[in-house]
Amino acid sequence: MGLASWLILIPFLTALAVLAVPTRRSDLIRWVALVGTAAHLALTSYTTWAFWQEASPDLVAVRTETVSRVYLVERVPWFESLGIDYLVGVDGVSMSMVILTSIIIFTGVLASWNVVHRTKEFFTLLLVLVTGVFGVFLSFDLFLFFMFYEVAVLPMYLLIGVWGTGRKEYSAMKLTLMLMVGSALILVGFLAMYHANGSTTFDLTKLAQAHFETGLQRWVFPLIFIGFGILGAMYPFHTWSPDGHASAPTAVSMLHAGVLMKLGGYGALRIGVYLLPEGAQYWGLFFMAVTTINIVYGSLGAITQKDLKYFTAYSSVSHCGFVLFGVATLNLMGLKGAVLQMFSHGVMTGLFFALIGMVYGRTHTRIIPEMGGLGKVMPWLAACFYIGGMASLGLPGLAGFIAESHIFLGGFFGNSWTNPILSRTLTVLATLSIVVTAVYVLRGLATVFQGPVRDPHHAELTDATLTERLSTGILVATLVVTGMVPGLLIDLIEGTLFPIVNRLQATGMAIPGHS
Amino acid sequence: MVEYLQSLTPDLNTWLMFTSALFALGIYGMLSRRNAVGVLLSLELCLNAGAVNFALFNRFWSPVQVDGAVMSLFVIAIAAAEVVVAMAIFVALFGYRRTVDVTQLNLVRE
Amino acid sequence: MPDLSFILSHAWLIPALPLASFLLVGLVLRPLHKPLAGAVATAAVFAAAGLSWWLAFDYLHLPKTAGGALPVLVPTSVEWLRFQEGLSVHLGTLLDPISVMLLVVVTTVSALVHLYSTGYLHGEDGYGRYFTFLNLFTFSMLGLVLAPNLVQMYVCWELVGASSFFLIGYYYDRPSAVSASKKAFIVTRFADLGFLLGILVLGYYAFTIHAGMGAAAAGQQALDFAFLTRPDVLSQLQALQGQFLGIGTLTLAAVLIYTGGAGKSAMFPLHIWLPDAMEGPTPVSALIHAATMVVAGVYLVARSFPIFAASAEALQVVMVVGAFTSLFAATIGCTQDDIKRVLAFSTLSQLGYMMFALGVASYEHPLGYTASMFHLFTHAFFKALLFLGAGSVIHAVHTNNIWQMGGLRKYMPITHGLFLLATLAIAGIPPLAGFFSKDEILAAALHSGHTVVFGVGLLVAGMTAFYMFRIYFVTFWGERRLSHLHHQDDHSHDDHSHADPHESPAVMWIPMAVLGLLTIGAGFVPIPEWVRLVPLDGKLPEAHHGVDLAVAIPGTLAGVIGIALAWFFYAGDPQRANSAVLKLGRFYAVIKAKFYFDEIYLFVTKSIIFRLIAGPIAWFDRMVVDGLVNATGWVTRLGGTAVNASQTGQVQTYGSWLMSGVVLAVVVLWATTRQ
Repeated sequence: MGLASWLILIPFLTALAVLAVPTRRSDLIRWVALVGTAAHLALTSYTTWAFWQEASPDLVAVRTETVSRVYLVERVPWFESLGIDYLVGVDGVSMSMVILTSIIIFTGVLASWNVVHRTKEFFTLLLVLVTGVFGVFLSFDLFLFFMFYEVAVLPMYLLIGVWGTGRKEYSAMKLTLMLMVGSALILVGFLAMYHANGSTTFDLTKLAQAHFETGLQRWVFPLIFIGFGILGAMYPFHTWSPDGHASAPTAVSMLHAGVLMKLGGYGALRIGVYLLPEGAQYWGLFFMAVTTINIVYGSLGAITQKDLKYFTAYSSVSHCGFVLFGVATLNLMGLKGAVLQMFSHGVMTGLFFALIGMVYGRTHTRIIPEMGGLGKVMPWLAACFYIGGMASLGLPGLAGFIAESHIFLGGFFGNSWTNPILSRTLTVLATLSIVVTAVYVLRGLATVFQGPVRDPHHAELTDATLTERLSTGILVATLVVTGMVPGLLIDLIEGTLFPIVNRLQATGMAIPGHS
Repeated sequence: MVEYLQSLTPDLNTWLMFTSALFALGIYGMLSRRNAVGVLLSLELCLNAGAVNFALFNRFWSPVQVDGAVMSLFVIAIAAAEVVVAMAIFVALFGYRRTVDVTQLNLVRE
Repeated sequence: MPDLSFILSHAWLIPALPLASFLLVGLVLRPLHKPLAGAVATAAVFAAAGLSWWLAFDYLHLPKTAGGALPVLVPTSVEWLRFQEGLSVHLGTLLDPISVMLLVVVTTVSALVHLYSTGYLHGEDGYGRYFTFLNLFTFSMLGLVLAPNLVQMYVCWELVGASSFFLIGYYYDRPSAVSASKKAFIVTRFADLGFLLGILVLGYYAFTIHAGMGAAAAGQQALDFAFLTRPDVLSQLQALQGQFLGIGTLTLAAVLIYTGGAGKSAMFPLHIWLPDAMEGPTPVSALIHAATMVVAGVYLVARSFPIFAASAEALQVVMVVGAFTSLFAATIGCTQDDIKRVLAFSTLSQLGYMMFALGVASYEHPLGYTASMFHLFTHAFFKALLFLGAGSVIHAVHTNNIWQMGGLRKYMPITHGLFLLATLAIAGIPPLAGFFSKDEILAAALHSGHTVVFGVGLLVAGMTAFYMFRIYFVTFWGERRLSHLHHQDDHSHDDHSHADPHESPAVMWIPMAVLGLLTIGAGFVPIPEWVRLVPLDGKLPEAHHGVDLAVAIPGTLAGVIGIALAWFFYAGDPQRANSAVLKLGRFYAVIKAKFYFDEIYLFVTKSIIFRLIAGPIAWFDRMVVDGLVNATGWVTRLGGTAVNASQTGQVQTYGSWLMSGVVLAVVVLWATTRQ
């Protein structure tokens, strides 16, 4: 069995191991989960190295290819008559997403160190969910992809419904139903492509070589994009996100906002844009406009929020808008920016939700105006919050800037087949959000952490514990390293994006400046 | 005499009419009996109609092979298993509700 | 390129030192040992200052180019962020006269301010945090100064903004400081949006040109200053037809970039953050909000001057906004009571001066460029000295209000002498630094034919002398007034608030004394000879030498009149000033309220953006968008209820339905497949 399969299997085996531990031994359960995820992190690092060994010699060649290369492939026939294979592998984009997920789940386990209610079930479900996420990122067969996608979405219902807070049943139901609508659209799109290709294969790499007729591409692309867009909180299908995030427990919010929402952008790019380039060209500007609404609307919506989780959720709507906006630009910089934004937003929002959980665990309130002056009381958490906030408003030197600058350049440069006035106007509107983001981030953080201590009880609270410091420290370090040395990530993902862009170029006209 | 009797052997259509009647009888019983055991009996009729059909098609369409006969055996075996399970359920149900009248059993409605 | 000496080829060491110290102090020393943290931070910046002086020395001894100018070097360039082929961002160091000059200014002032701060903030809780951010600021500012391309400039630009944010909000439990820091960040962020858009516009067109040039652009990236300011690139940019509201592309890009500069340099109407930024500790104001960060906008325009020079409209904007700001701020400066705010408005006014000097410059009349940079150079020293002097005063009397000071020259002779020196310098009294640079600027305005701007400059020179001497007389002359009502002060230690004010410790007055020496000497540094606008053909004309008496005499006279008026109103009978204020009446009140700009902005943000846009959006999202989702769920449920009646729960009813379905299916099949 190869590396990719192990990457999917380890969380699942960890889930089984957690099940085997007696229910009373909740400390042991945590440690098992922690060891499992740590092992996964180690394996991810090794896989990245192995991937780079194989992929880096091809970096020059892929610049002119139109089918992206997959490495560390494993293929086992599954339902041969239907053309379904167990096909897993790694490419640059999926590698970066696996790294992200591995970091988030490890820190997520650390951040949920003090879950006491049904610890065993909690960690089992969490690990099953992550298994699904890794499966989605690593599978290159649409059927397998869809199966893992469902595996990733469904445990969310229980995790929110059982361990959540507030209107948890409502939020869980809303979230699950909306995501199901999305997956229904995706399934229709998948089957349409499958049939159009003669019902012979679900293999993504083979489907990429098939040429779908223009008419089909034009009606399937919006299905796929909206289907994944719902998961990526695309306007107006984003409303599950604030409620869902607000109700979910810490680690689930982290995973959900940090990773699961990325499946949306990932699918839209990997399946929508890659398999249906003509459809993408036809709809690109439309989705740019929709996601511009996302970006601006989400950030304006965040200004007036009183609950820290709603606040972060609206900021996620805005930032995930950037991901889909980048995908919709359909040029190298935009797509690269989209992947970078998935990574950076994943880490950033994971950090935010982890911190909110820690602050809530101390103050027992998430209402922003009820807090104040906490910077003096919990300096570590405040510092991490500020670093995360600065990353979210796009401060250079942190990950957010790298992604946003790519996306803005991508949007502004546009494509030869799009109307430059429109795409630039949309980009300019999208850039407005960096000011609005600064406004809400600074207002929110200033209220919570600065000024005099508002509630006298808060003055006696303690700063972060060791596990909390480790968890937030890893996330902060990731943000800083990505922001300071963006070349690491860019090298990783660029090789996979060239073929996608080349396909678009081959069907459209020349892309300015792409050689 | 034997030849005459052999010549009287019904053809497939006649046999199918018989099994259809059997099946219809079973359906009628299933929909009309109030006692759960009665429903189960009627169900058996339906199953038997199917089993006979298997045997018939085997006899008339591919007499050299025994696929159909094997299938009938399957049906009989499964029917037996089903009866066991169903009767167990009915016994348990009776212990719980003191009745096996299916018209009284509408818990899914609530 | 000649063989470079060690320091020229390793110029990156200069920003690297504060960066290393930032990491060391921030991560390791800050929680462990506060005095050590301060000492390490200070030592690192002093080392950087030493290297800068060494670098400047070596740089000035480099052989000149054929045209007689100092060479432009990019000794370090490392790829950092690759957007696309031809559009990567290289981190590097760009050495040319203005960057070397600013390098020396930034490291020197920063080192002195670090030293001063070790005394000023002695024993405070946030001591380690303070030095962490001060180091971060120094690093970012040096990166900004050395930036060889627009993106590195933008990156460091944002970083100085962030470190300024954290330093203004140093006293973070004080609501006024918190809101001032937010205001500073958000206003400059808004302006940076312009900068970003300028980069996008310029990036797109420069990239297209770059791609079209092929091998001619090899080794250069589209956003490098070296590429953007090439004559052939500029002419291609200029040739682009207006695509946006009839404005030329180049003009649009230049004005957008200028917006960023205007935000950082607090030009009208983005000036509102700078006076509030005085909530930060005074040494921060000296370093960031007087000597270095706020001149970044001026530096940005100077750095990309060839782009501005290619667009007359853009320069016109720079000039008009600069001149207006200098007058506007000087007017407000005459009425403020807070010593630091007066200094802040004087900074605004002087920044306007530098800006309009750039605005009047052109390749035909390059003097304005030189003058602006010269003024930037001298202003950094005397303004830093003024702030440190003010800090020393505040340290002693625990108030910012000049009307609670008075008579301090008896108690604080050193501070008094140095403050007077700097005040004379800013008033433009020869032979102090301010005189020379102000003279250059006025000469540039006059000789390039901008008589109105010259008039404004002269008027502002007089007003500057007036309001600076106003605070000088009120603070240091007369009788000592009450000072134990200390609110608004930087300090919370009350140990000697009732005692007589006394001179600051040596660690504070020594940096001031060094700045005093620089204030005397800076005017004699031959900056005008070194910093010259190199024409597009690379040939420098004969240098302009000496003082132009036709400008120097009225300039100095304006200063003397200003001082005399200040003496008349504020050094003698206080009734004179009061009756003058009474005569001005409402007019004075409006000026004192800073023309109500803060209130206007507050109205726009609070009432319009928050209440009329953000609030309704949040409502809309809850009620309409989410409402639609819930309505979908509701309709589904309603449909469920409607068909609920058919669900009897009777197994036999279901069976009947099933059978009817089967029969129906059979009938349909039979009917349709019948031949």
